[in-house]
Amino acid sequence: MRCVWTDLCLTVNGETLLLDKSGAAWWPRTRTLIFADLHFEKGSSYARGRQFLPPYDTRATLLRMAEVAARRSPARIIALGDSFHDPFAAERLGTEERTLLGALAARAQFIWIRGNHDPHPPAWLGGTVMEEWREGGLVFRHEPRAKAEPGEIAGHLHPAARIAKYGRSVRRRCFAGDAMRLLLPSFGAYTGGLDVGDPAIAGLFGARFHAFMLGQDRVYAIPRMQSGGDPSRLPARGILVSG
Amino acid sequence: MLPQRFEDWFAAKGWTARPHQLALVQRAQEGQSVLLVAPTGGGKTLAGFLPSLIELSVRPKRARASRLHTLYISPLKALAVDVARNLETPIAEMGLAVTVETRTGDTPAARRQRQRHVPPDILLTTPEQLALLIAHPRAPQLFEGLKTVVLDELHALYNSKRGDLLALGLARLSRLAPGHRRVGLSATVADPLPLRRFLSPQPMAGEALAELVIAKGGAKPRIAISASDSYVPWAGHLARHAMLDVMAAIGESKTALVFVNTRSQAERTFQELWRLNENNWPIALHHGSLAPEQRRKVEAAMSKGGLRAVVCTSTLDLGIDWGAVDKVICIGAPKGAARLVQRIGRANHRLDEPSAALLVPANRFEVLECNAARDAVLAGELDGERLKQGSLDVLCQHIWGMAVAAPFQAQALFEEVRSAAPFAQLSHADFEAALGFVATGGYALKSYDRYARLRQLPDGPSSKNMWRLAHPRLAQAYRLNVGVIVEEPMIDIRLQSRGKPIGAGGRRLGQLEEYFIEQLSAGDTFVFAGDVLRFEGLRETAAYVTRTNDPEAQVPSYNGGKFPLSTFLAQRVREMVSAPERWHVLPEPVQEWLKIQEWRSVIPKPGQLLVETFPRANRHYLVCYPFEGRLAHQTLGMLLTRRLERARMKPLGFIANEYALAVWAARDMSGLDMGKLFDEDMLGDDLDAWLADSNLYKRTFRNCAIISGLIERKIPGKEKSGRQVTFSSDLIYDVLRAHEPDHVLLRATYADAGSGLLDIARLSDMLTRVRSRIVTRKLDRVSPLAVPALLEISREMVARGEVEEDILRDNEDALIADAMRVD
Repeated sequence: MRCVWTDLCLTVNGETLLLDKSGAAWWPRTRTLIFADLHFEKGSSYARGRQFLPPYDTRATLLRMAEVAARRSPARIIALGDSFHDPFAAERLGTEERTLLGALAARAQFIWIRGNHDPHPPAWLGGTVMEEWREGGLVFRHEPRAKAEPGEIAGHLHPAARIAKYGRSVRRRCFAGDAMRLLLPSFGAYTGGLDVGDPAIAGLFGARFHAFMLGQDRVYAIPRMQSGGDPSRLPARGILVSG
Repeated sequence: MLPQRFEDWFAAKGWTARPHQLALVQRAQEGQSVLLVAPTGGGKTLAGFLPSLIELSVRPKRARASRLHTLYISPLKALAVDVARNLETPIAEMGLAVTVETRTGDTPAARRQRQRHVPPDILLTTPEQLALLIAHPRAPQLFEGLKTVVLDELHALYNSKRGDLLALGLARLSRLAPGHRRVGLSATVADPLPLRRFLSPQPMAGEALAELVIAKGGAKPRIAISASDSYVPWAGHLARHAMLDVMAAIGESKTALVFVNTRSQAERTFQELWRLNENNWPIALHHGSLAPEQRRKVEAAMSKGGLRAVVCTSTLDLGIDWGAVDKVICIGAPKGAARLVQRIGRANHRLDEPSAALLVPANRFEVLECNAARDAVLAGELDGERLKQGSLDVLCQHIWGMAVAAPFQAQALFEEVRSAAPFAQLSHADFEAALGFVATGGYALKSYDRYARLRQLPDGPSSKNMWRLAHPRLAQAYRLNVGVIVEEPMIDIRLQSRGKPIGAGGRRLGQLEEYFIEQLSAGDTFVFAGDVLRFEGLRETAAYVTRTNDPEAQVPSYNGGKFPLSTFLAQRVREMVSAPERWHVLPEPVQEWLKIQEWRSVIPKPGQLLVETFPRANRHYLVCYPFEGRLAHQTLGMLLTRRLERARMKPLGFIANEYALAVWAARDMSGLDMGKLFDEDMLGDDLDAWLADSNLYKRTFRNCAIISGLIERKIPGKEKSGRQVTFSSDLIYDVLRAHEPDHVLLRATYADAGSGLLDIARLSDMLTRVRSRIVTRKLDRVSPLAVPALLEISREMVARGEVEEDILRDNEDALIADAMRVD
């Protein structure tokens, strides 16, 4: 399997995953595309509290999903939970959003993993609803476990990383992973991030893990995030990080 | 003209009422609103209150039921408190039965509540408190008897978002208390017309103006410029070379105010002065990031005359009179003539004695600027301001507040808003957009209609298009989010003893911008609150630091306090550069610098823009000198590099300072058509494309989003969560820009960017001005005028450290030698 230079590959428990610049993960062997924390209708959820964020977040998220799907042609799409921001979110989906979601569901089989925001993703969307999904060396679930079996692919924590250099700092959403597990960045347009240095994230890993920050046109690998990490050590091309 | 009691009081003091004070009494008797323009020390405040005191002293006893008679509004709450204290004296000495109270954010809740029911005769407050008062359901009862509104330091308010908020508040007062009079008090301004308009309710057609009274000017100030004939720095803003002069000037005065332009300069200057302070004179530090307690302490020591000098930023431009200050020292560029007058006026509050000031330029361009500013001040000329239109985000906040007060009729509110001068040109469509925004977000996609902050009442026979607040919680949310001052996200700085675990206790020294702290790693050192500190770590919303004595500590580069060089002063600096016959007043090194520039390249004539190109160290440079301030130059730099990219010049970077813009590229740019390169059409698509991703633009959007109420600063019940805002504005910006680029908030942001952080309006004026007046010079090496800008490049690029300092110095010497070589 060759990496395109704009992506990074990571081998988790023997399975090679491609970290897409959009924040989705691509599992080439099974043609599976994986998204975490879509948080559909977060905007309208705030509107219920009378804070009127622009009502286009679901649309923006779906358009980005469609863009990745067009590039990868997946046979299957896994949404790693918290796909809907609240239990009533699916009912609030607009016509255009329903159409976009329908088009995605028509081209690939959907697996909706349950999340804490959406313990019951709506059945009418099609696809399968699951607590977790196992295949090959991987297990897909929403919330990562402290002592998980090898090969866990999870979301929930919304990892983000910051690097500082030349008196400036950049903060981006990121993947966080090592040879045993991978955390995906949140994909939803209105989702924020939690620093990878936070014990909730760093505590999941051993001494060595890597952050993979989402750049404008590519993903940047940051070996073991420390504050003040040095971007000059970033690889210029796609690399294979193994163990 | 004055009642006997007042005549006697003036006589007992050995005073006579000044002509402008009597003029204000006269205008009051005629029932007219008036703008008083007077220099500091002119008895301005007393003039403003005299008519009210007279009216209150002669009112019949039975009319003394609690009615608010005079409302005083100041931009600073400290000033309101000080004025209250000063009013006590004449009231007590004349035995007047007049009550005076202040109302600020610090006023206890019980008193604020009581004030609404039993108000004093005279209430002193701020624009934000006025917004809260008129948004209260009891506002009609509170203000129905109001006779006079006094607006202090109006010049500092009228042309800002706070001024917009104030203007909207006044428009409401006109409805609650029709016929009340307004008195504006202002420092000398270039054009009083917009202030007179501000004071007067505007009719639907034409304009109305308040009367104007101008007080006789005081003695001309004595302004010295520190200059050395042996050494004038090429770049930098610290004026280290002149600190002995500054120390000597402090020595010659009782109390000196040492003004600098940024908080980081304040920290540095404070350090330098203490290094030289052999006599252990009490010298203090005052800037906006210090903890309030600490600032209050300095102010208290100051008013007791206990300090020899205070190093300060614009935080002390306005405010309380300190009688003891007899010298003002301004370090660095004055930036504007009006600002300089304001600062000089802080010394010596007696009108007939000249104020004494020392200007300390930190580099060659600043020498020019200081001279231009002094000439302007002595000639009595001041900078005009570009008038802003009322901001739509402020209007949104106001509409929300008016719904909190009571249900309103849309057309009536529109007409009321239009009577406020900044909103006199407001279109009905924009008003509707703002109303729609407050009601349901104002999106083309109407998916939020069922949630609504405002709901429309069914039309009745006499009431159409009535709106009311949808839920009482929204009134509370409004009160927590009122005001237009948006702070950068800040982090507390807490001082710990060495060896303690991070996060355990620690005294609060003040606050710093979050983005500065984010650039620090544990062990980094920086100067703050006059101490050298070591960053230990960040825990929740506080940064923990310990004391250290690292001589290489960095000074936080705050964003705050960076006002640009005024258009007016820029014009005068350009004129000075273009007039060799005026150079003789300049120090020798500066004259030499300009003469070699004249010989090596050219001195641009008035109205011309000089563009130089030259190679240096495998790069090709293009340097131009618009003198339009760093913000406008930065925007120009972004746009030029885009064009140069398209012209395949391979631009590599640019740097902007107040006077010049330098761009460097891999290819030689001398062959380009400069007229085309600087064509105004760059402000079209290129600007839009660049804005989309500009961080400054996103920050501008954040301010608008917060002021308009899209993002709440505080949520009821969660005031102490520590989070600054409840939602990241960048995420909203990206989605809104992609899906509804014409939304009212994006339009508000664009209007702000024109005058604010990006100074697009000024850039546009400049491009028009220099059209077909561009002078180009293709040089074989760097010109003298280009040196300061090029030095800033190396300063920005090279990190700190002993060895790197050497590289920097070597580089600097070579650059200057090249520029000044006469062969």
